Amino acid sequence: MTPSVLAGLVGAALVGLGLYGLISNPHPLRKLLAFNLVGSGVFLVFGIVARRGAAAGFAFDPVPQAMVITGIVVAFAASALAVALILRLAAASGKVTLDPRAWTKPGEGGQ
Amino acid sequence: MTAPGGELLVFAVLTPVLGILLSFARGGRAAEAITLALAPVGLVLAGFVAWLVAWSGAPLVYEIGGLAPPLGIALRADGASATMMVVTALIVPAAAFYAREKFATPQGGESRSALTFWIMLQAIWAALNLVFLGSDLFNLYVALELLTFAAVPLVCIDGRPETLAAALRYLLFALFGSISYLLGVALLYGGYGTLDIVLLGQKIEGTPLVWTAAALMTAGLLAKTALFPLHIWLPPAHANAPAAASAVLSGLVVKGSFFLALRLWFYVLPGLPIAAPAALLGALGGCAALFGSILALRQARLKLLVAYSTVAQIGYLFLMFPLAAAPAGGALGWSGGFMQVLAHAFAKAAMFLSAGVLAEALGHDRIAQFGGAARALPLTFLTLGLGGLSLMGLPPSGGFEAKWFLLRACAASGQWIWAVPILGGGLLAGGYVFRILAPALGDGEVKVKASPRRSQELVALGLVVIALALAFAPENFFEFIRIGRPLAGGGAS
Repeated sequence: MTPSVLAGLVGAALVGLGLYGLISNPHPLRKLLAFNLVGSGVFLVFGIVARRGAAAGFAFDPVPQAMVITGIVVAFAASALAVALILRLAAASGKVTLDPRAWTKPGEGGQ
Repeated sequence: MTAPGGELLVFAVLTPVLGILLSFARGGRAAEAITLALAPVGLVLAGFVAWLVAWSGAPLVYEIGGLAPPLGIALRADGASATMMVVTALIVPAAAFYAREKFATPQGGESRSALTFWIMLQAIWAALNLVFLGSDLFNLYVALELLTFAAVPLVCIDGRPETLAAALRYLLFALFGSISYLLGVALLYGGYGTLDIVLLGQKIEGTPLVWTAAALMTAGLLAKTALFPLHIWLPPAHANAPAAASAVLSGLVVKGSFFLALRLWFYVLPGLPIAAPAALLGALGGCAALFGSILALRQARLKLLVAYSTVAQIGYLFLMFPLAAAPAGGALGWSGGFMQVLAHAFAKAAMFLSAGVLAEALGHDRIAQFGGAARALPLTFLTLGLGGLSLMGLPPSGGFEAKWFLLRACAASGQWIWAVPILGGGLLAGGYVFRILAPALGDGEVKVKASPRRSQELVALGLVVIALALAFAPENFFEFIRIGRPLAGGGAS
């Protein structure tokens, strides 16, 4: 098994585990961690893509690396935004749940 | 090659960004003034781009830094993107003008919600323009993320717990969507070494890699567009946001990711046999149109009803895939689907703004207590009624034009099955519009807490008039939105 195939399999496993966590865990913080796991898997796949670098004719294609860095920045910003929302939610209501039934009484609502 | 006037595309993206930076630096009342001052600038830029595209009959291209793809990144305005830019330049300023009261900056200071609102509104504008103009799939990923990051804070701007939960749910769905899209992008890059839409469209082949990438990217975009069954985040998010924000979110933001789905299937993959996946997207769209309408019928609050109606109307958009991809009648399907995008953007923005006027005036938006409200707020109910006309698809309205084109496409391509959701959804839309209007036009006396602001009512009415005027779009307009669309694979006739 070559290193690229191994890295690819690890990437796929990370994406799979993360996706499972994202769907099955009810708590937003766990969902966020799961999202970061998926992100790591995707960035790993990007890394292998860089190694192929076939089309551009380079020995090692630098473009995917630039994309990974951008992707990491975006994922970091997204995580920060999500954590800020979770903290505000906890501060405002004392509970952190995404279940809409916890927030609206039937036939009621703001605005 | 950068065409003459290509620099306009850069200005179209950067003008709102400049506005954001200035708003940050100046703070206070400046944010509001800058956003409103951007309105004419943005409209002139978008109009000029559209004029250039129409005049030359070819897409307007700008290569950033003078580097041609695949090494560089291009911005590209074709008929479809120029049209969407003009729509954005009309709806965002309308929402801004409407929001002046609610997000007025207090005298001598600044409030967090006001500053956030004005800055995020400009950010949405910049991100949408980038989504419409981007020609590189990774660049478009960044644009899509900017759009999400600008839209999420607007949902929870008033800080109530339920709005924070709705925003968080929206964000998590959007994050799933973007990471799935990004994985598809990585695979495509690995396969072809370029992410430029035009170059990819020429090289693409029906390999398992391409289909996997397309499936991942589409799944991500569907989560962001809130297509059934990934729609559950949309109603609480759109219904809890302030009215001006809801109008932009429902009218424009969901169209951003839908536009990318169109780019993917009709610009990157048009050379491949896409009938089967297009039929699957159409089936999901048909379910959304029926299911969303039925849920809209059951809502007790007006804003939730309008939000569920967005779920249904998004369904119609996806009927565009099987109809526009068909060898016969493809052009009709494309015209009809695009008209639906435009008609829904204007009609829905107008209805959300009207719902906001109503909630301010009555202090609630419970439909059961609307008895006689039409006498107190005639202009607002006129707007709601006319917007409903377009949602139902009755003439004269953009919604009718859209459904008429789509039905003709069904007939031309022999795909009668899609007529079921088109007609059934229209019937159900008639039901929920009737539910809003019937009590309001009936007997009863409502207590008006605050008299509605005429300027806000007129903004909403103006938007709905555009939605109706779309019915009179000339034939050249439909030729215009086809400019720059690849014709390979028999997708268009």
